[in-house]
Amino acid sequence: MKSRLAEFARGVRAELPILVGVIPFGMIYGVLALEAGLTHLQAQAMSAIVFAGSSQIVFAQLVHLAAPGWVIVLTTAVVNLRHALYSASLAPYLQRLRPAWKWLLSYLLTDEAYAVTVIYYQSCPEPAVLAESEQRIASQPDLRHYFFLGAGLALWSSWQLSTAAGIFLGAVVPQSWSLDFTLALTFIALVVPNLKDRASLVTALSAGLVALLAFSIPYKLGLMVAALVGILLGLLVEAKA
Amino acid sequence: MNIWLTMLLAGLVTFTIRLSFIWIIGQRAIPPLFRRALRLVPPAVLTAIIFPEIFMPTGQLDLTFGNARLLAALLAILVAWRTRSAVLTIVVGMLAVWLFQWLLH
Repeated sequence: MKSRLAEFARGVRAELPILVGVIPFGMIYGVLALEAGLTHLQAQAMSAIVFAGSSQIVFAQLVHLAAPGWVIVLTTAVVNLRHALYSASLAPYLQRLRPAWKWLLSYLLTDEAYAVTVIYYQSCPEPAVLAESEQRIASQPDLRHYFFLGAGLALWSSWQLSTAAGIFLGAVVPQSWSLDFTLALTFIALVVPNLKDRASLVTALSAGLVALLAFSIPYKLGLMVAALVGILLGLLVEAKA
Repeated sequence: MNIWLTMLLAGLVTFTIRLSFIWIIGQRAIPPLFRRALRLVPPAVLTAIIFPEIFMPTGQLDLTFGNARLLAALLAILVAWRTRSAVLTIVVGMLAVWLFQWLLH
């Protein structure tokens, strides 16, 4: 039990710097949702039902424009398409979990939870793999999904609370504080130390460059294109080496 | 379409996308090429998120010294590379962006 709690706490702690930036973002969403004409209840419920920041803002804008429901659903799908990459990326680590765990963790699979969780899985050796070489720790179970749960729930609760704060108080954190910058900084801290080989370096640089070139493609599709181009080029470099 | 129904469907679609590969891959063996591709997902996606945030903070490409976020990010990259400390990277990055914003104003 103690190590489950320890993993959970580790996940919460890894998520903390990102929360500094997420809280103002949640407030902005709350404000925009009301401006778009959603009720207090609808604005709050969307944070629990959809639980994906950018797509919630797009959703609210489309409601404001009186777009048809199917257009809104389809647009939400496109904006959140990148989560399929996260799903694929984490799938190998979640293989042995019960379906209930897979469902719960999928619900919590946001950009922010993904980033800290995948780096944790990659950098923390798998107990089962170690067990093959070292018999004495063979009984140690893989509890890293509690890290995922901790990171996911930390983000989830901050998102719900900051939505409520945005609805009832407005966006009280001025943009000039640049708190949203903590997201980029946390991602830098996660990515840079792991660029250990040429393939991942090429992947990162090309994906970043394509993301700039494809920035004007709407609904975050530029991000998908950039990631896929980066992965492809990384694979090519790896194959040549 | 009723807004509540729209919201429920949007939530369902989002959840399905998030569950997709976790469910499809299930307990199956993962082909080696696919596994190699998956290793590259974090640097690809995270950098694709970071670059526009630091090179285009206002939605326009800004490679000048007036871009406080770019300067702070370069410093943060240096700190992350040398120290591998997340806390130090974030603290230095935030202090730097506030300093550069203040200096450039």
